[in-house]
Parts: sequence; C-alpha cells; structure tokens
Amino acid sequence: MIGFVLRRLAGAIPTIFIIVTVAFFMIRAAPGGPFDLERPIDPLIMQNINAAFNLDKPLWQQYVLYLGNVLQGDFGPSFTRRDFSVADLFRLGLPVSVQLGALALLLALLVGATLGVIAALRQNKGADYAVVGIATFGITIPNFVVAPVLSLLFGVWMGWLPAGGWGTPAHMVLPVVTLALPQIAIIARLTRGATIEALRSNHVRTARAYGLPTRVVVITHTLRAAILPVVSYLGPAAAALLTGSVVVETIFGIPGIGRYFVQGALARDYTLVMGTVIVIALFVVIFNLLVDIAYAVLDPRVRYES
Amino acid sequence: MIKTMLKAGALSVALATALGVAGGPALAQEVVYNRGNDTDPSSLDQHKTSTVAEAHILRDLYEGLVVYDNEAEVVPGAAESWEVTEDGTVYTFKLREDARWSNGDPVTAQDFVFALRRIQDPATAAGYANILYPIANAEAINTGDMPKEELGARAIDDKTLEITLEQATPYFVELLTHQTGLPLHQASVEEHGDAFTRPENIVTNGAYTLESFVPNDRIVLRKNENFHDAENVQIDVVNYIPFEERATCVRRFEAGEVQSCSDLPSEQIDELRARLGDQVRVAPYLGTYYLPVKTTKDVLGDPRVREAMSLAIDRVFLAEEIWQGTMVPAYSLVPPGTNNYVETPPQLSYAEDDILDREDRAKELLAEAGIEEGELTVDLRYNTSENNRNTMTAVSEMLRNIGIETTITEMEGATYFNYLREDGEFDVARAGWIGDYNDPQNFLFLYESDNLGFNYPRWSNEEYDALMERAEQETDLQARAEILAEAERLFLENVPAIPILFYTSKALVSPNLEGWEDNIMNVHGTRFLSLQQ
Repeated sequence: MIGFVLRRLAGAIPTIFIIVTVAFFMIRAAPGGPFDLERPIDPLIMQNINAAFNLDKPLWQQYVLYLGNVLQGDFGPSFTRRDFSVADLFRLGLPVSVQLGALALLLALLVGATLGVIAALRQNKGADYAVVGIATFGITIPNFVVAPVLSLLFGVWMGWLPAGGWGTPAHMVLPVVTLALPQIAIIARLTRGATIEALRSNHVRTARAYGLPTRVVVITHTLRAAILPVVSYLGPAAAALLTGSVVVETIFGIPGIGRYFVQGALARDYTLVMGTVIVIALFVVIFNLLVDIAYAVLDPRVRYES
Repeated sequence: MIKTMLKAGALSVALATALGVAGGPALAQEVVYNRGNDTDPSSLDQHKTSTVAEAHILRDLYEGLVVYDNEAEVVPGAAESWEVTEDGTVYTFKLREDARWSNGDPVTAQDFVFALRRIQDPATAAGYANILYPIANAEAINTGDMPKEELGARAIDDKTLEITLEQATPYFVELLTHQTGLPLHQASVEEHGDAFTRPENIVTNGAYTLESFVPNDRIVLRKNENFHDAENVQIDVVNYIPFEERATCVRRFEAGEVQSCSDLPSEQIDELRARLGDQVRVAPYLGTYYLPVKTTKDVLGDPRVREAMSLAIDRVFLAEEIWQGTMVPAYSLVPPGTNNYVETPPQLSYAEDDILDREDRAKELLAEAGIEEGELTVDLRYNTSENNRNTMTAVSEMLRNIGIETTITEMEGATYFNYLREDGEFDVARAGWIGDYNDPQNFLFLYESDNLGFNYPRWSNEEYDALMERAEQETDLQARAEILAEAERLFLENVPAIPILFYTSKALVSPNLEGWEDNIMNVHGTRFLSLQQ
C-alpha cells in the first residue's frame, strides 16, 4: 500500500507541473493586466510598477522565476492585495474554507446517506418518492438562490441566525446548510441506487435467507457495498467543497479562499490565480488518492499491487 | 431515525445560536460600528491606493494637513494654520502642537516630508503619485530624473512645513485631503519596510489605529487614544466589512448587523426606498458618466455628427428609468456644485429643449454632414455591468430615432479600459470620472491633447489646450474660473465625449448613526459620527 501511495504521489508531480504551466500561460494570454484599472496609471509610473513585480521581463523568464519560487514554497506577492503574499492569503483563508467544506461534507454524508437508505428500503413508496423529489429539488435549485433566501428567512425576518459574516458557530449554520444541500441530494440519489442494487445482490439475499434482522442486513452487508459509489463521488466533491464555494462565500461574506480564484482572475492577479490553481490541483490529487485507498479498504477485490 | 436527526439538528442550531449570541456581551461597553465598504483595500499603504473604498479607511487611520469634515468642507487637520505667498507657490503649514502618533511620538513636519518624498520615489511604484505633481520637482523625481531630496517640501522645524509648488495651484490645499497627502511615521516605515501596514507594525496619527485585517472578512480599527481630539471621538471600534455583492450588505443592514452600506444595488432602489424610507440616502456626487466618441474616425471626426448623437440622447429617461433616479441627467462635463468655478457654469445649449425638437435638429445636422438615414452605423462599446448594458441599449434606440444604426459590444473590465487607453478602434464607448478633488480642472484636464491616458477620443484642440494652459498660470481664482468655463464651452460645442449622467452616491444609513451628512465628495470620517446602541 505504501508503495502504491508513493507511486501515485510521484505520478501526480507531472500532472501538477502541466497544470501550472498551462494555467500560467493561459492567464497571461488573457488581455489586460493587474494594473489596468478604470483610472489608468501614468505610463511612466507603470514602468515602476512593472519593474517592482518583474512584469518587465520576458514571459519565459517570468515563468522560470515563478516556477523556481514555487518549488521553494514561495507563491509570490499578491498583485491586487499588496499587503499580503499569496501564502498569507491562503494561511488566513484556507482554514475557513476547509472548516466550512468539511462541515458541509459531513452534513451531506450523514443526511444524504440516511435519506438514500430510507428511500431504498421504501422503494416505490411515499418516502422514496419524497426523497427522490427533494433530491431533484436540491440539485436543480442553485445555491445563489438558496443562500439569499435562507439569509433573508432566518437572518432578516426571523432573526434566529446571522444573515452573514463569519466568526461564531452561529455564523456557520446557514452557509453549511446551503453548501450541503446539493450534495445531500446527490449523495441521497447515489446511495439509493447503490443500496437497491446491493439489496438485490446474492450475498444480501443469502443473509436475508438466513433470517438475519433487517438492521443487521442493511448495516453489515448492504451499506458496505452501497457506500462505494458514494466514496468515488466524495473525491472530487471534497476537493471542490474544501477549496471553497465562490457563491456561498460571497453571499454570506465568508473569508475563505473560494473567492480568490474569481477575484484574482477578474483583476488579473496572476500570482493569486496561480496559487489557487495549485491549491485546488493538490486537493484534487490528494482526495482522489484518499478515495482509492478507501476503496481498497472497503473492497478487498481491488488489488493495487497488480 | 429521521426524528432523532431532526432533534439533533434543532439542538445544534439552538446551541450555535446561543454561542453566536454569547459572543456579544463582553464588548457591550464599547461602541462598535459595523461599517459596510465597497470592497477590501488593495493596500493600507496610502501610496499604493487609489479607490474610494480605501480612502474611507485611510481617512480614519491618518490625518492629513487638512481634512474634510462631515459636510466635505476643508478644515484644519494635522496643520492648525497655513499661509501662502502672494504668487501662490509657497505654502507654510504650522502643525498643531498636540498632534501625536498612536505610539505617542509627536507628529512632525519631517513625517510629511518623508511621506511626500516616498510617494514620488520611483521605487515606491505609487500609482497615484501624479496627483501631487503640482509640488516642485515631483514629476522629475517620480520619473527618476532627480533625487527625491530635491522635492519642494521641507521641514523648517519640527512643527513648520514648507511646500513649494511648480506654479500656483488654487486647489492645492484641497488636494491635500487626498490619501496621497497623508503622513507616515518615518521610523516604523524604515524599520518594517513594506510590512509597516501590518497591524503589529502600523503607527497612525488619525482618530483610529489598525487592530486587525482579515481579507474578505473585516478590518478592525480601534480608537487612537493619542489622537489630539480623542475626547470627541465617540465610536470605539469600527469594523470595515467589504461587500462586493451590494444586496448582501442590504440584508445584513436589515438584520441589524451593519449600520451603514457604502453603496446600493441601483436596480432595487425604488423597492429599498419603499421598504427603508429615509435610511436610503441618494446624494449628488462629484462624478460624470459620459460617452467618448472616437474623433479620429472619418465621420465621427465631424462635430455635427457628434452633436447630433448628443441631441438624440434623452438623459432624463436614462436617469429616471434606466438608473431609477440614482443618476442625474448631465448636460455638462463638470458636475454642478464643483468649487472654484463660475456661478453659472456652461451647459449644452439644448439642455432645456424638448426631445422631439432635438431629434429634428439632430436629423438636420446629419443631413448637413451628408449622412443619409440608415447610412451611418456606430458601435456602442461598454464594460460589463447590467446598468451599462441597459444604458447602451437605450442609447442605441435613441440613435436609431435619428437614423443612426448601431451595434453593441460588451467588454470585460480589465480589458476594457486598457483598450480605450491604447487607442482602441471604438466608435462610441462609455466611461466615467469621479473627481479626486473638487475643482473643474479635475474634469477638464481629461481632454487635453497630450493626456493620452484619459483622452480616449484622442480629441485635439489647440484652443482648448491653450485655455487650459492659461488657467494653470492664472492665480486669480475668479479669472481662472472664467478661463476654465471658456474651455468647457469649447468642449461642449465639440462634444468629443457626450456627457449624459452625473453620478450620485448611494448609501444606507441607520437612524442610530448620527452625524452622517450627505455631501458631494461622499466623505464620512468616523470621527465625526456617533452611534446609539
């Protein structure tokens, strides 16, 4: 297993390298620059600024410089948030996004899996239709609609929870629920399908034939098989949730890293965009690896050594 | 199982609510003002900033030689008085004896000299250094042709500062209210370099000092007990909260979580007025929204064609219907209420005429220019924004009324202004200008021939340039105002850019927040406010 993990990590290095290279040249190819504002800067002053940020050097030289710095763990200064380095911004924002994403993921997993199993056990009955209906609703209503509605309902009209901001556990409730809702829907549907399939499998039928109680059949024999598709889905979902949601962070005013990618891209903050790309790429690689390991643990038929 | 989960959920919500509420009482003794701001500052280094959102914060942190009060009147700040020589080129400021930095050090004339030299130093790469080019040798220093020690600013003694200008500049004192004119604590900047803005390093001389700065969350300012007027500063803590989505600020205002919003969604203004009444503040603002026309293009180079387009634009419709009364119809480049100007500023001759008569006149002008109906097609270009899109769509319809066909092109912000500046091939674009200082020169200089940064139409008029040059030399304010008015008259006859709207500032202000006066500069220093909690 250790060999497998190390091989996978080594395999990820060229992937990350390609992502960094493509992203670097793509953002530079976009017209405009970080200092092209509505109030243009005097061309002579612009020269000073370009020199200060190495933007006066040829592009290939900037690329080599950037790559060299990244290898030493230096993501550079932010162009648009000049009091902070990109590393500073991640140090402040990443824990917030991870906290928000992890809670949303946990909530989605608990509620989604439970609803999925209930729907599967009550297949084609009222509870099943209700879960499928709620899941469809959850997937189709975008969170830029859900977030303001929840904020208005619980924050402004009822006054039960803060309408926005970050800092106390109360501030987490609405954004976590908003972020979790579509995931609950997806996980519920995945779990439902996989559970129905597992319930029809030979080993579950055998367990039932032995007269084992439903609870034991479901928890011990069915869930183990049913959870596999959910586990595969969790990799990319976790990477996306833990690196922040632009919409939820913007609407609730949460200081996570999700907004940096969009803010950075719009403002042509090259280093901030690159930093965000690298962090997201690392998360995707790590979570896919964790999913593969979880698969091996849950399903012994998967033999990575081969 | 579902019941158990619901119970657990309700319990955790209740617990979380209780914990959230529990965060408050410890701070109950302090007056805390949660202040909505447009966005986070790009920096708290005054020499690396340029926007209004940054100015709000810096105005609380630092005190310049002069400051705006809550009605945007220029009043003494760190300087208690000043004198100017008869030729208007040498200013001598007397600093107040009790001015101190947040660490207790006295504020000295040298602190101002240090800051003024630093902003012109090319190594600082200050984007707004040119605002202070009226100071002798500033431009030469900024372009690396002269050492910074040659700047026309010197400390005669600890409390006396002398600033020498290149030539008389009547708006110079007001210019010093801008963030580029704020002082710096020399010792801490020298010790910490660019990191002097960090909360643990920063030393300020304003009513507040920086406690913390978490991007996208809040900037916390705490009352500076060393501030000379600290006893009259009534708000203890200011939390500047950035709201890129204006509607989010409105929701938090209604939930009582913020006491003011610095901007509002224009498209919701009627609904907000109905719901929040007097808490919605819409006030005239020193800014003009205009349409530059590329005068170097064949047909558009003809002033009759530009005037025809200007005639056809129904500004009242744009202001009232498209912008829901959050803009004011504009018939001049310089906004009303601008200081140092003539009593009756010039405006477009047809400002009062009926739109149908104007359309007839526009058609005549096009015919005189040899353009038949449907023969001319112009491209209307704008930077992404719903209101800009709606404005251009309406303008397109208005031009069609006089037989001009149109196409509309949208461009993304970062690219757009670069395109205009770099002599892009546009026909008609949209642009806006908010005055940095309250003087007509700050609008009229945009169209000087050599101002390639802002003169998007590339309009070149020798007479106009000569008038602007004369105004620069004129030390008598009244005579100067007449010359500038003459320049604006010439501009309006030629309309290289069609002024269509004046900006307003839009804010939400809680009735608990006292001292907030609407003003043309949209300045609201927290030291002049008080909050009932």
